[in-house]
Amino acid sequence: MTEQYVSYRDSKPYPFCPGCSHSIVLDYLNATLVKLQLDPHKIVIVTDIGCSGLSDQYFNTNAFHGLHGRAITYATGIKLANPDLKIVVIMGDGGCGIGGHHLINAARRNIGVTVLVLNNFNYGMTGGQHSVTTPHGGITSTTRIGNLEHPLDIAGTVALNGATFVARTTTFDNTIPHLIEQAILSDGFSLIDIWELCAAYFVPNNAFNRAQLEESMSKHALQKGIIHQEKRDEYTHAYRAMASSTIPSVKQPPLKPLFKSNLDNTLRIIIAGAAGQKIASTASTLGTAAVLSNLWATKRDDYPVTVMTGHSISEIILSPKEILYTGIEKPDIFLALAPEGIKTCKSQIDTLTDRSVLYAPRELLPIQTDARISTLDLGRVARKEIALAAVAEMLKQTNFIPLEAFKEAIRQTQRPFIANESLKTLDKLSTRG
Amino acid sequence: MTRQFINGGQAIAQGAISAGCNFFAGYPITPATPILHHMFRELPKIGGIAIQGEDEIASIGMCIGAAMTGATCMTATSGPGMSLYSENIGLAIMGEVPLVIVDVMRLGPATGGATTVGQGDVQFARWGTSGGYPIIALCPTNPSESYTLTIRAFKLAKRFRCPVFLLTDREVVATMSTIESDGNSETESGTEWLKEPDPFVPYLIHELSDIPFLSSYGGKNIVRFTGSTHDENGFLTKIPEKVGRLNAHLAAKIDKHSQEIESVTVDIQDGARTLLVSYGVSARSSLEATQLLREKGMKIANLIVHSLWPVPTNSVTKTLSGIQRIIVSELNLGQYKLEIERIAQRIDRGIEVIGVNRIDGELISPRQIMELVI
Repeated sequence: MTEQYVSYRDSKPYPFCPGCSHSIVLDYLNATLVKLQLDPHKIVIVTDIGCSGLSDQYFNTNAFHGLHGRAITYATGIKLANPDLKIVVIMGDGGCGIGGHHLINAARRNIGVTVLVLNNFNYGMTGGQHSVTTPHGGITSTTRIGNLEHPLDIAGTVALNGATFVARTTTFDNTIPHLIEQAILSDGFSLIDIWELCAAYFVPNNAFNRAQLEESMSKHALQKGIIHQEKRDEYTHAYRAMASSTIPSVKQPPLKPLFKSNLDNTLRIIIAGAAGQKIASTASTLGTAAVLSNLWATKRDDYPVTVMTGHSISEIILSPKEILYTGIEKPDIFLALAPEGIKTCKSQIDTLTDRSVLYAPRELLPIQTDARISTLDLGRVARKEIALAAVAEMLKQTNFIPLEAFKEAIRQTQRPFIANESLKTLDKLSTRG
Repeated sequence: MTRQFINGGQAIAQGAISAGCNFFAGYPITPATPILHHMFRELPKIGGIAIQGEDEIASIGMCIGAAMTGATCMTATSGPGMSLYSENIGLAIMGEVPLVIVDVMRLGPATGGATTVGQGDVQFARWGTSGGYPIIALCPTNPSESYTLTIRAFKLAKRFRCPVFLLTDREVVATMSTIESDGNSETESGTEWLKEPDPFVPYLIHELSDIPFLSSYGGKNIVRFTGSTHDENGFLTKIPEKVGRLNAHLAAKIDKHSQEIESVTVDIQDGARTLLVSYGVSARSSLEATQLLREKGMKIANLIVHSLWPVPTNSVTKTLSGIQRIIVSELNLGQYKLEIERIAQRIDRGIEVIGVNRIDGELISPRQIMELVI
């Protein structure tokens, strides 16, 4: 069989220092791609920052050269959006430090990209500073009398966190093309941690050489070669399988003006209650009922970040014309449904005049206010239905929108099971009343 | 005319999906999470991808990567997340990727008031990454505009191959309102920029203000993307002539088209000496103040800025005829007032520019604005 792709390299010579290991690894990558005969249009080489970040420019494949430490995030986005692409990330030990979070999470997620770490124990491009893989005692321009920190085991970390193919080796291992091949052909997140010589800094600063590099793995009690392989669902495939089983939503029908309102002015309502009383959802239903009655409506809520405790306040404005400012300075109607709400709304209660009405169940009275007080007799009603019952009572007394519109809003916006319960509660109320 | 009762967050999600958004990556943050929730609910159903990144950096990074495969991408966050987006915003500018970034502004700095409203990211969005290159930012005042401006944001992002911000706020996103739509979205801008050069060259332009053709990974071209200063092929360069041309292009492609981007709502009144200027949620108060003042027999002009960046200098200048006093209402210490002042000074008629500002997590009330006018 003749090979369609003889080389994936372009004609430019590599820019690396004499003695740098990067070019060896890139030649191995090229040899592997030639062996696999992958369409260069279907390959994306994603590079990080640093000397290794220059690599993509020497290949005739798609290329993405992004920010320091973030190569894996771009690779993830590319893979998610087009799973047919083969993605090879080339990054250094520096990128694995600043972007360690992405490294761990890509492995954990098992996103189908291949990462080649050109690990030369220091930052070459910026002048030989220590990195997360600098050995303990290593001399760098930021660890001048020896590194106090201990090195991160990149390969071991991703192996432990869900990668499906992981190898650790040195640049002098001539089986690297075979490792890269297995990595690219593996379905999930694959990584090869390739230990290298940095001719400009780490080698001269530490009198480091090939023999020491080859010994250093065993010195760290680390295994060379493939250190981890497992089968696990690749994220992109799993996502698509999950998404295809998602039930399409029934599109919510637009709200038709089925009812009429006799409201000729803007009406400002505050419902002040507590968590668990379904204040916010009842207020939404009231707003929907208003829209069904050909009114304009706005609704804003306030509650603590710990949503299941404390006050729950909704402010609703209804008007025959478009509502601009959504704040309420002087409410026309105030529904006091829990001590927490009353306490939080103290200043608004103080603004009430004899032209406003305060509705409250008997057990919350007396409340100090200038407003007219209307006692709500809700009977025995569950906590989660207090707001519903109170709003229904208020509508019955004021009739600015028909109670039927409120019921229709319940039917149109709530899940059938909940809607039925709510409607039953309202029926009980009306038979009582 | 159909009506819905929804909040701005839902409207943004609906707008995104109408605009063809098929990729969303985001990290949870109040008050932007409603958008995240809607996108996670809706995108899988239409074959799109919604993913929660391990942080904001990963989220915007995934969007930029996905955009290079031809996906239509959006992310949404609030101030603290914008801080983490910063470097990648620069990458999107430099690599020229279309991307919609929603910033649901809350009260800052730092954690600030997670659930309280603010409009403090206006200059931050403009200058939010290194280098100082222009960006586009749109700002809706209500859920209806949240829908239409989201669609427009996607169009502008594709048209100009750049990140487009939808600068909104906690109040517009969380407050439910009646929205009315007639089903019409705005007309398409020209498509001459869609012509693919042959042979394809990743960053080829002829005029500085041209937009290079965007080819996707996996298609018929080999595509290079880079965040480094590059030549037309996407290779790193230090040749001053090419460097200067690239950087001038990044500015010119937006600045030279600023009139195409400009979007304001102007309501002038003959004889008005006072102009109320606002944007986002504060514009609702400014509009109500205008109505109430006119009911009192006063003459008042009103201007709402929907395209905050680039500054719609042309449209603003046109509304200043006869104006002696401008009142700019915003929930910050006067960030956009600076831009309005710049325009007023250029006219050189001694127009007074006054700010109505609030930084206590409460909305500016129409009364507050009226007290300044009367």
